[in-house]
Amino acid sequence: MSELATGVREICDRSGGDRARMMDIVQEVQARFGCVSGEALNLIAAATGVHRVEVEGVVSFYTFLSGRPKGRMVIRVCDDIVDEMSGMRPVAEAFSQELGIPFGGTTPDGQFSLEYTACIGLSDQAPAALINDVPVTYLSSDKAREIVAALRRHGDPRKLVHRLGDGNNAHPLVRSMVHNSIRSKGPIVFAPFEDGSALRKAIAMSPVEVIRDIKTSRLRGRGGAGFPTGMKWEFVRAAEGEPKYVFCNADEGEPGTFKDRVILTEYSGLLFEGMTIAGYAMGAQLGILYLRGEYAYLRLLLEHFLDERRRRGLLGRNILGRAGFDFDIRIQMGAGAYVCGEETSLISSCEGRRGDPKNRPPFPAQRGYLGKPTAVNNVETFCCVARILDQSPGWFAQIGSRQSAGTKLFSVSGDVASPGVYEYPFGVRLRQVLEEVGAESPIAVQIGGPSGQMVGPADFDRTICYDDLATGGSMIVFGPERDPVYIAKRFLDFFAHESCGYCTPCRVGTELMRKKLAAILDGRGEADDLPYLEDLARTVKFTSRCGLGQTAPNPVLSTLKNFRDAFERRCPARQEGRRAAFDLAAATAEAESIVLEQAAR
Amino acid sequence: MSKPRVATASLAGCFGCHMSILDIDDRILQLIELVEFDKSPIDDYKGFTQRCAIGLIEGGCCNAENVHVLQDFRKNCDILIALGECAICGGIPAMRNTIPLRECLAEAYLDGPTVHNPSRRIPDDPEIPRLLNRVYPCHEVVKMDYYLQGCPPPADAIWAALTALLTNRPIQLPYELLKYD
Repeated sequence: MSELATGVREICDRSGGDRARMMDIVQEVQARFGCVSGEALNLIAAATGVHRVEVEGVVSFYTFLSGRPKGRMVIRVCDDIVDEMSGMRPVAEAFSQELGIPFGGTTPDGQFSLEYTACIGLSDQAPAALINDVPVTYLSSDKAREIVAALRRHGDPRKLVHRLGDGNNAHPLVRSMVHNSIRSKGPIVFAPFEDGSALRKAIAMSPVEVIRDIKTSRLRGRGGAGFPTGMKWEFVRAAEGEPKYVFCNADEGEPGTFKDRVILTEYSGLLFEGMTIAGYAMGAQLGILYLRGEYAYLRLLLEHFLDERRRRGLLGRNILGRAGFDFDIRIQMGAGAYVCGEETSLISSCEGRRGDPKNRPPFPAQRGYLGKPTAVNNVETFCCVARILDQSPGWFAQIGSRQSAGTKLFSVSGDVASPGVYEYPFGVRLRQVLEEVGAESPIAVQIGGPSGQMVGPADFDRTICYDDLATGGSMIVFGPERDPVYIAKRFLDFFAHESCGYCTPCRVGTELMRKKLAAILDGRGEADDLPYLEDLARTVKFTSRCGLGQTAPNPVLSTLKNFRDAFERRCPARQEGRRAAFDLAAATAEAESIVLEQAAR
Repeated sequence: MSKPRVATASLAGCFGCHMSILDIDDRILQLIELVEFDKSPIDDYKGFTQRCAIGLIEGGCCNAENVHVLQDFRKNCDILIALGECAICGGIPAMRNTIPLRECLAEAYLDGPTVHNPSRRIPDDPEIPRLLNRVYPCHEVVKMDYYLQGCPPPADAIWAALTALLTNRPIQLPYELLKYD
């Protein structure tokens, strides 16, 4: 047998040939053999008993997986809007020049590949890049050149880290240059916590009482949609089907969001405790933490803390000595797909499939992972759960605003003096946040990332909570020199790239919106483009299958609403009904050159 | 009051939509009671004689001449109707849009299995309008006011649309005239 055949066989055997573990299998094959080649696809398909095309579907779906060999070191430069504002372009050019390859290319010696990637959760330390699993931050063109020279010398991305970040970023299992940048601490997430304290209180109650406490606390999901957590748990508990599952969505991919990175680095105890309490309350025995591929550098640390909890009887069999309370947590690595942050896509991915969304209903609470009742919650939500049990539901409920209890973590980036993570009680005024983060005369703020909304100064006195400005936590601030139309276009670039392609409104609609915005920016806009864009955006919003398509038009709709001037300036009425976007000379250029070449012969 | 004028053109189309116009049969006698035809292949007027109320456009734009004709129609007509699939979406001619122009021409004039072209030249007489890099639906070139789908749109649909416009009544297109399955 060839080395590949033996290797693939070994990897597949380790997961029992279980197709649901396809993500692990293909990632391991790629790690060992550099890519998942056509031959490897055949071998994996045979070992797991699925069609080759299914394996190929998975490999082609995720950005971090590849069917063709890539360089031994893959440099992924984050091309998020915040990175661009922080000087990503010269950095990208420097990488490209120094390596002598364009983006998307691999050096002839097979050492380096260079790519762009969507937000990697380091907007507070932009421009940033990932080199294999290693994040490099605060890049400049000089640094980029030094990095390439150093990698050519020693070939080890980990050796690029000279000065370690704060807190657990300096932990021997992490050793990363990333900084936490926690800027303000609140009483719920960023507060001291003693492992086991909340769990002890939970198991002193019945599971139903735990759920009642969560309901009393009025906790709502921190991912952005704000579904009442207690109600979701009640549905899962009551749903037919065993076993039940607890999922933690640590796939924060919303550009400009990085709060989960900090929780995972510093407060994983709170998170794991919350998941364990969820397991107790819903009668689940397995929890899965879906960790985005970009945070792979935190994996060993998280595994270590999970082991630690197992050793201390906080995970595993008969937790805290309570007979029959078994719960464990497994980490599932993602591989660079934004759509997997959508809960049904996340479940698809954990089942070893492409990260395609599923139809709802049935909701995951009824039929989720492998068809069983599944509660999918945000990282921050689980932290709140642990704190609620540790303190009390009443204590939690009195923090925040009437409809939105507790605090919220904001990932603040963009044109501000102090980017980082801030914990504020719900109901805080946007203006107060902007002052405290050091935003000088901002013209616009993107609340909740691209899928949220873009607001202008007229909205700065609004409050941040589920009933006013709802947010999953991303807050990108734009200063006076930024252009709302350009920002909207960049966000649509992102959505068009991340659309899974399953449903037409999203696949085609994001591309049409992107093109129209590009034409407007190019000076080819016209008056009726605006109603066209609005109409198209509404169609995509109402007819798309999952949250990605339903929120992808938000940058268009909210900038059109709040920054109409910026569009209208660029979209005058045109002469004689001609489309400004159509350029006859450009359209005939190719034919002209064919004729000229022929004449020259 | 003089009768409203109607102009028609076939761009990158197959004249099927024009056949469908003629397919209104003897209602064409009623139609000429209502309208005067201006520039159109039907009466062979080569240019506009005066401003028109309605322009019917069959086909998308595959070459520079199509673009000029369409822009001329936009300039001279109050209302432009994209008639049929090719005008609306590019239709069959747009099937070349996924293939670079250079390859299309090479296949047609140089390399195709049935090509006999001893000069090995792609036709390049200045009289031949230059091809566009791809086939454009009409609305990407000028503003279009209405779209009548079908390949071709049924004569009854064309009749319903024209009479509704000319008599200033809302258009009634029953489902049977819009479904194509």
